[in-house]
Amino acid sequence: MSGLWFNASWRGKALCLLLLLVFALAPVIADRYLLSVLILVFYFSYLGHAWNLLMGFAGQLSLGHALYLGLGAYTAAALWTLFGIGPWLGVFVAIPVATAAGLFIGWLGWRFAIEGVYFALLTIAFAEFTRIGFDHLQITGAAGGLFLPVNGQAANEWWNLGGGPLLYYYLSLTLAAAGTLLVARLRQSPLGYRWLAVREDPQAAQAVGINVFRARMMAMLVSAGMTAVGGVFYGFYYRNLFPSQVFDIGHSIELILAPIIGGLGTVFGPIVGAIILTPLGEGLTGLMQSLGLNAPGAKAIFYGVTLMTIISLQPNGVWPWLARHLRLDRPPE
Amino acid sequence: MAAITLNVIVQGLLTGLVYGLMALGLSVIFGVMRVVNFAHGEFTVVGMYAAFVLFETLHLDPLTVLLPIAAVFFGIGYLLQRTLINPFVGRAEHEQFILLVGLATVIVNGLLLVFGPDARPINLSYSFDSYAVGPLFLDKVRVFAALGALAVAAALLLFFRYTRTGTAIRACADNLTGAAVVGLDVKQLYAVTFGLGLACVGAAGTLMATIADASPSLAQAYTLLAFTIVIIGGLGSMVGALIGGILIGVSEALAGFYIQPSMKSMFSFALLIIVLVLRPQGLMGRRL
Repeated sequence: MSGLWFNASWRGKALCLLLLLVFALAPVIADRYLLSVLILVFYFSYLGHAWNLLMGFAGQLSLGHALYLGLGAYTAAALWTLFGIGPWLGVFVAIPVATAAGLFIGWLGWRFAIEGVYFALLTIAFAEFTRIGFDHLQITGAAGGLFLPVNGQAANEWWNLGGGPLLYYYLSLTLAAAGTLLVARLRQSPLGYRWLAVREDPQAAQAVGINVFRARMMAMLVSAGMTAVGGVFYGFYYRNLFPSQVFDIGHSIELILAPIIGGLGTVFGPIVGAIILTPLGEGLTGLMQSLGLNAPGAKAIFYGVTLMTIISLQPNGVWPWLARHLRLDRPPE
Repeated sequence: MAAITLNVIVQGLLTGLVYGLMALGLSVIFGVMRVVNFAHGEFTVVGMYAAFVLFETLHLDPLTVLLPIAAVFFGIGYLLQRTLINPFVGRAEHEQFILLVGLATVIVNGLLLVFGPDARPINLSYSFDSYAVGPLFLDKVRVFAALGALAVAAALLLFFRYTRTGTAIRACADNLTGAAVVGLDVKQLYAVTFGLGLACVGAAGTLMATIADASPSLAQAYTLLAFTIVIIGGLGSMVGALIGGILIGVSEALAGFYIQPSMKSMFSFALLIIVLVLRPQGLMGRRL
C-alpha cells in the first residue's frame, strides 16, 4: 500500500479519504434502499478485486468464478443449517474447499499448457458441471434451493451473521476496503511483480527464473479464497441459495464486468466499475418502474449496449482514463 | 433393450448433426479470425424464431426457407463484422468477450421483449411421423434436419476447398501477414467469413426449430453447447465440429434416456473436461 499511497497525487489521496468518510457515514442519511445498493457496490468491488488478481495481474481468464463463490456460500450455509456451525467458523472451511477446487482446475489447466480461451472454457465447464451436480444434490436441497432461517436476522445475532441492513452494510464495506488493501499490497510485493511478468510474457518470465506455474497457482489460491469469503457473505445476506443462480455462468459474467469496465489490472478499477455498473442497473429498474413500463428485457438491452459502448471507447477501462483526467496519479517523472 | 439403445443412439446422432452445423459456424469464425463468438447460441435462437415466424405467418415449411434464412444471416454477419466486430480482431480475448457478451445480452432480451418467455413450437403436418428401418424408428423431422445439416456443411466444405474466395480465406487463417502481402483484402474476407459462420447458425437454427421449441432461455445453453462441441472436435477444424456434434448429441441422448434428462449436459461438460486435459487441441485439431 505504502508505495501506491505515496505515488498518488494529493488529489488522489484527498478523494480516497473523502470517499471512505462518505461511505462510513452514509447510513446516517441513506435509506434502506440506498444502503442495499451500496452493499451491492461493495460486494461487486470486492469480488472484482478477487477476479482481477487472476486475470488482471496473472493474466489468466477465468469465466467460472461463480464456482468458488458458490462452493464458499454452500459450504458455510450447509455447515450452519445442518450442523449449527456459524459462518465465522464456517468461512475457514469454505476457503479451503473453494481454493482446493481452484487449485485443482489451475493444476489441470496449466500443467497441460491450457491457456487463454481454452483455460476460460475449462473454468466454465467446471462451474457448469458443478451447477448441474448441485441441482441434484439432495443434502443441500437440490434445485429447490437451500434456505437459511431468517430468525437470526430478527434476533440481531451478529455472531451468526444475522442482523439488519447496517450489519451487512459495514461488513461489505469492510470486505471491500480490506480487499483493496490486500490487492494494493500484493501489487507492490515481489509476488505481484512476478505476476505482472508472467502476464506480459510467460516465456521471458520463465527465462529469468520465475516459476510461471507456481505464480499462477498463487494467484488462483488468493483469488479463489477471496471469492469464497464473498460467497459466505452472499449466502448469509440473501439467505437462500439456488444452484441455477449461484453457479450460473451469468453469475460468473456478472462478477467480472466491474473490473473489466473499471480497468483490468488496476487496484481501483474494480471499485470504479462497481460504482458505475451497479447504480446503472438499479437506476434502470427504477426508471422503468416510474415510467410504468412493463417491458421485461428492456433494461438488460440497455445494459448490453452500455457494455459494448464502454469496451469500444475505453478498452482499457474507465479508471486509467479517469485517473489521467482528474490527475489522481502523480505524473511519471 | 439393445434395440432401444440403438434407437436412442441414432436419434442422438441425428440431433447431433444439427448441433454440429451450429458448432461449424463457431469453428469457422474462430479458425479464421481468432474471435470467439460468445453470442453464438443467441444467433441460433434468432434463426429458430425466424423459422417459427415464417411458419406461423406464411405457413412456410422450415426446410423450404432454410436457404433464404441462411442468406439473410450471411448479410447480417457480413455487416456486423464490418461495423462492430472488426475493430476487435486481434484485440485481447477479454475485450472481445465483453463486446460479444453485450451483443448476446441485447439479442436474447430483444427476443424476450418481442416474443415473451414462452416456448414456441412449430407443428408440422409430419411432426410425429417416423420411418421404420428394421428395428429402428426414425423421426421424420430429425431425419430431414440431419440431412439438411449435412447438405449445408458439405456445401461449406466444398466452398472452402474449391473456390477462390474459400482458398483465400484459408490463406488468411494460415498466415495473415502472408495473405496481406500477396494482396488479399483481409477485411473483406473476414466479413465474408463471419457472414458464412452466421449463415451456418441461421441454417442450424432453422433446422433446430423443427426438433426443439424456440425460447430465449435456450440461447445461453446453445452457446455453451457450441463451445463444448468445437473444443471436443478441435477449434478450427470443420470435420471436427461435425464429429463433436455427433458425440455430444449421442451422449446427451443416452444420458437423458438412461439417467436423467436434466443431467444430460453434465456428461457433455465432463466429456469437455476430459478432452481438454488429455487432448487440448481437440480430437481433430492440429497440435497447439
